[in-house]
Amino acid sequence: MKRSNEPVFWSLFGAGGMLSALIGAALVFVTGIGVPLALLLSPDLMQYQNMLAFTQHWLGKLVIFAVIALFLWHATLRILLLLHDFGFRTGIGTKFIGNGLALLCTLAAAYLLLALGS
Amino acid sequence: MSAQSGKRRPYLRPISGWWKRDPYFIRYLAMEATSILIALYALILLFGLLRLSQGEAAYNGWLETLQSPLSVGLHVLLLLVFGYHSYSWFKIMPKTLPAIHWRGAKVPQPVITRIGVAAAVVLNLLVIAGLAGVQP
Repeated sequence: MKRSNEPVFWSLFGAGGMLSALIGAALVFVTGIGVPLALLLSPDLMQYQNMLAFTQHWLGKLVIFAVIALFLWHATLRILLLLHDFGFRTGIGTKFIGNGLALLCTLAAAYLLLALGS
Repeated sequence: MSAQSGKRRPYLRPISGWWKRDPYFIRYLAMEATSILIALYALILLFGLLRLSQGEAAYNGWLETLQSPLSVGLHVLLLLVFGYHSYSWFKIMPKTLPAIHWRGAKVPQPVITRIGVAAAVVLNLLVIAGLAGVQP
């Protein structure tokens, strides 16, 4: 029997869904509201030097990579389901484009994090 | 045999407006639609990473964009959407798990949902509180 690739996508979906459910709201608050408006948080938190140091630490790299990649894989599976629900014939082609875009962004994040050095 | 018989298009049940038939469908769609904004947030972060790799001036431009009223408004919407995602995630979680038993009894689904939501609230607050303590 040919092995299905579905479990891979569903695992990434689950991991991204769980991570975003547990800390997504906090991240949105920090990067989009708290730091830009200096609300509860220091506006220097995301200053260039600090973010550079964060992305040059292996743990910082891991956190940023996990958030960007897993959020995207989670969203991609649901967006493909949504397209299906609204009557688009989501065959191999649509899945290929959707998962391809997610893969492309994952590789871009990995490349940028590696290029930022340590 | 007519030449057209093989080309006839199959009957497709019309599905437009199906989601208006039942409030459950609307909740289902709201849950699925959170994914569009979750993807958008990931792309905002990915773009920030790209700007960071391009140097200080590029990165500061991204930071400035984050301070615009449009961006702050978008992030308030994102905050609500992520909140709804957390709630709906733990609402469906017990339905996707095998039954969990504790002290010989099956743990009811609402209990699992409440534990999940509580964990999400605590972790989200811990992240913000932890970063609020950082004074670079």
